[in-house]
Amino acid sequence: MNKPYNNKAWLGVLPVLLIVAFSGVVPLMTVVNYSVQDILDFNSRFFVGFQWYSETLQDARFIEAFLRQLGFSASVLIIEIPLGLMLARGMPRQGLSASLLLVLLAIPLLIPWNVVGTIWQLYARSDIGLLGVGLNALGFGYNYTADPIHAWLTLLAMDVWHWTSLVALLAFAGLTSVPTAYYQAAELDGASKWQVFRYVELPRLKGVLVIAVLLRLMDSFMIYTEPFVLTGGGPGNATTFLSQHLATMAVGQFDLGPAAAFSVIYFLFILLFCWIFYSSVVREND
Amino acid sequence: MTSLVGRPWLSASRWLLVVYCLYLLLPLYWLSSIALQTNADITGDFSVLPQNPTLSNFAEIWRNPVWSSAFVNSLSYVVLNTLISIVVAVPAAYVFSRYRFLGDRQLFFWLLTNRMAPPAVFLLPFFQLYSAVGLFDTPLAVALAHCLFTVPLSVWILEGFMSAVPTELDDMARIDGHSFGFFFLRIFVPINRGAIGVTLFFCFMFSWVELLLARTLTGSEAKPIVVTMTRTVSASGLDWGVLAAAGVLTVIPGIIVVWFVRKHLVKGFALGRVS
Repeated sequence: MNKPYNNKAWLGVLPVLLIVAFSGVVPLMTVVNYSVQDILDFNSRFFVGFQWYSETLQDARFIEAFLRQLGFSASVLIIEIPLGLMLARGMPRQGLSASLLLVLLAIPLLIPWNVVGTIWQLYARSDIGLLGVGLNALGFGYNYTADPIHAWLTLLAMDVWHWTSLVALLAFAGLTSVPTAYYQAAELDGASKWQVFRYVELPRLKGVLVIAVLLRLMDSFMIYTEPFVLTGGGPGNATTFLSQHLATMAVGQFDLGPAAAFSVIYFLFILLFCWIFYSSVVREND
Repeated sequence: MTSLVGRPWLSASRWLLVVYCLYLLLPLYWLSSIALQTNADITGDFSVLPQNPTLSNFAEIWRNPVWSSAFVNSLSYVVLNTLISIVVAVPAAYVFSRYRFLGDRQLFFWLLTNRMAPPAVFLLPFFQLYSAVGLFDTPLAVALAHCLFTVPLSVWILEGFMSAVPTELDDMARIDGHSFGFFFLRIFVPINRGAIGVTLFFCFMFSWVELLLARTLTGSEAKPIVVTMTRTVSASGLDWGVLAAAGVLTVIPGIIVVWFVRKHLVKGFALGRVS
């Protein structure tokens, strides 16, 4: 579609610009400003250049938190994307059962994130939780507050519970756009299940899958509230991800300069991942 | 089911769906079960069904004004945020869907990068910014802070839907002699009410569930429900029953909203760009 060129259109985006400038640009510039200063209190500050950046990049705790974060985000994507796809393919397309399923799937997405943490805490505790008591009754010796591996698996199970619905709903929205005639044609041609998925469904799903992967990548990389409530980053530092580490630095220890440098690096990493993923997919499409 | 003709292999994925629904429901069942018990029953002998179901936890929340004001605070910033987002996003989405202009693509991508910023990055500057302009500890501060991610998302969703509305509609209104204002408010916006409903849902969803910014930007006056919950845990230690009851209450608004928009939901999740 050819859209007319008209710079008066800027008037229409002006309110959005003002709001986002106030709530986005001003704070971001403040962060950048802090990141190059040593702030003892707000009256005595010194310019330190890139010192905080190089210190952050060499800080062992930052690197550990970063690797943990990578591991967590990768696991989340590997489980949730295929699972969400399979769920979407099994969903009925219309009728009351379809409506009820949609509502059920959407529920975890609408629960406040700290309540998600609370729900899983109540569910997984080895003294009062259904899951915790159940696993122990089966002889697993399960205790997520003491065992780092159990803590990890519990967090993963919680994230799958919380977010797979998003992937499933997106994929379902994509599948409903595949005309029934395509399936009939594939059947006439004797296509296998895999071929139907690969050549009929997947091309139609590409757009929504890009959105799903981007959203899950961004959001899992920013995860804070759920582990904060469920494990508090423990046992030890086993589930301390980047946001948690940052919040401790900024609010707990009030290390403004290093926390700001950390923030800038953190934000740039997310931008970089999303840009690499997005541009590689878009290039493949062309 | 006619739509399933020719796809007999679906039974395996049906099973998966059933198992997954159980996986979804079990923690929710456990939450409601704990909400219906007294603390003595919860920490006493373990049982899968509540032995002496009681509404006392809900009654306690009902009686305590801290909880009810927290609910009102949460709902007020969610509503404010949704209103602001829609009002600024509708004209922006319209011009993005209708015109090309200097820097339009860069602007669109830049808007989305705000959705990618980790909220933890903004904790300190937000605190200082909103204190400086005297908004700290008001619902408006939280509403504006949440605009950081709800506004870009709203523009994104609305633009997708509005691009699907043919431009002939604009031309016809002009030929009929309607002013632009009349066309926009009386014709274009009503036509897109489904899209606006979906956007409302997404704004509600991301504003209602957020804790980190809401906690940082409020003190005692505007304390939202999610923060009240975390403080209950630390203050009284082990009041599991009240905590679970409050959890149940925070789930209910989401269920109501999703039931009303369920018809548009699928389209909205595809952000209007399916076909």
